[in-house]
Amino acid sequence: MQAGSIISLILAYMFPPRRLIPPESIAGRALITVIAIMTFLAALTAGSAVLIYNTAQEWKSLISRELTIQVKPALGRDLEKDTQRAAAIARKHPGIASAHPISAAESARMLEPWLGPGLDLKELPVPRIIIVRQSDKQSTGLAALRAKLAKAVPNAVLDNHGLWVERLTSMARALFLAALAILGLVLVSMTLAVSFATRGAMAGNREIIDVLHFVGAEDRYIAREFQRHFLILGLQGGITGGIAAVIAFALLGRLLSGWLEGPGSDQAASLFGTFALGWAGYLAIGIIALAMAFLTAAASRMAVARRLSGLL
Amino acid sequence: MVRFENVGLRYGMGPETLQDLTFQIEPQSFQFLTGPSGAGKTSLLRLMMMALAPTRGFISIFGRETSTLSKDEVSAFRRRIGVVFQDFRLLDHLTTYENIALPLLVQGREESAYRAEVMELLQWVGLGEHVHSYPAVMSGGEKQRAAIARALIVQPALLLADEPTGNVDPALARRLLRLFVELRKSGTSIVIATHDLGLMDQFDSARRLVLADSHLHIYE
Repeated sequence: MQAGSIISLILAYMFPPRRLIPPESIAGRALITVIAIMTFLAALTAGSAVLIYNTAQEWKSLISRELTIQVKPALGRDLEKDTQRAAAIARKHPGIASAHPISAAESARMLEPWLGPGLDLKELPVPRIIIVRQSDKQSTGLAALRAKLAKAVPNAVLDNHGLWVERLTSMARALFLAALAILGLVLVSMTLAVSFATRGAMAGNREIIDVLHFVGAEDRYIAREFQRHFLILGLQGGITGGIAAVIAFALLGRLLSGWLEGPGSDQAASLFGTFALGWAGYLAIGIIALAMAFLTAAASRMAVARRLSGLL
Repeated sequence: MVRFENVGLRYGMGPETLQDLTFQIEPQSFQFLTGPSGAGKTSLLRLMMMALAPTRGFISIFGRETSTLSKDEVSAFRRRIGVVFQDFRLLDHLTTYENIALPLLVQGREESAYRAEVMELLQWVGLGEHVHSYPAVMSGGEKQRAAIARALIVQPALLLADEPTGNVDPALARRLLRLFVELRKSGTSIVIATHDLGLMDQFDSARRLVLADSHLHIYE
């Protein structure tokens, strides 16, 4: 059975159908399709905005928590011992979770793409790098750490990537704002499309409005019946589109995770995130689906009011 | 029950379709409304059912001036008026039973309270076999009877019927006329717009309202 049919059955159970307005019509089905497509597109945009925001926050958090100690070769000093000493000082410093010196072999491997295979770092004045991660829970006194290092290992330089963090923050903000702007445009076009589609679907119901009016139905009764009917159509379309968007994100997530299993997976994961929507993404999709349904109901109510205002 | 005083009606900037109509419809009265095609019979019925507002003059229905009524009051008044439209105006997605029960449904009445009443009326107008039929599969005469039954189901104080026998055979027309006469005895005022002289002759004691040249001539 199709997902749309299951949704229809659930909604029919929640809102028992009434006979005043035809439950099935070509215009009604077309309206459900328009709502489902518009909800799907809006949900994809909103989900993408949430993903961009989460990924950007992750980049920022990763880099701002990471420090680098660069130990430069110096005449009369043992580079390996200086590296180990600097790492030990960093580990003992409050607020530091770990300090991992990049070994000579790892450095050679990292430089291999640029300098070619079989590289012997002993022949080059290549500095050694220590990757230091700060703890989330405790603040790090960077000035104190810098002072300790300067005293014990004068050829070590502590870098907190401040410039990078600043640039990434700006880029993340710009990306998120761009996503929000696109979402805004999609929501405006969605509102217009659904409003016009609802008016189109309502056009076929004018005769029903007129007959109900002339057999003595009060205006609010007629408006309520149409609003209820179109709310159900809106929920069918909105929920279908929302579920399709969630499935699309899940499929893209699986595709991405398959891709990330290859070489360079860590870097790719850092760059593109995990494609997990999280509660904010699901909440955004849910809100869009519900907003679609209420927009449809409101548009139908307005169309009924417009029609009735033309009747005495 | 219905009172018109110097009523005029004009559509847009055109000439007056109806001019200086002054008449009353008494409770439990029976009248035919006749006149040539385009004389304004349907317009006059629409004024009486409050579907049109007069361009000038005064209309009072059930003792209230129609121009002072709120929308809810108009709805409440319409529940006391049964209307048979010339084009039937049955809802295609509803069965005959549902179409006839529609005025009771919109009043919020429970189906169990009116089911027997609707079934009895269906039998009376000869549509007992068409309870579950949809208008699309019914003949013109059957639709007309369904439209009449829908107007009668609320036991209206005023019945307005636009050519109610236009699509039925003479025998059924006579039967429907008898139904209208019986209805009058039970307290309903009847206004039947028709071209059918034969029908009017069958009940020649009825008052005749004749529209000609935008004016109304009354023959008691």
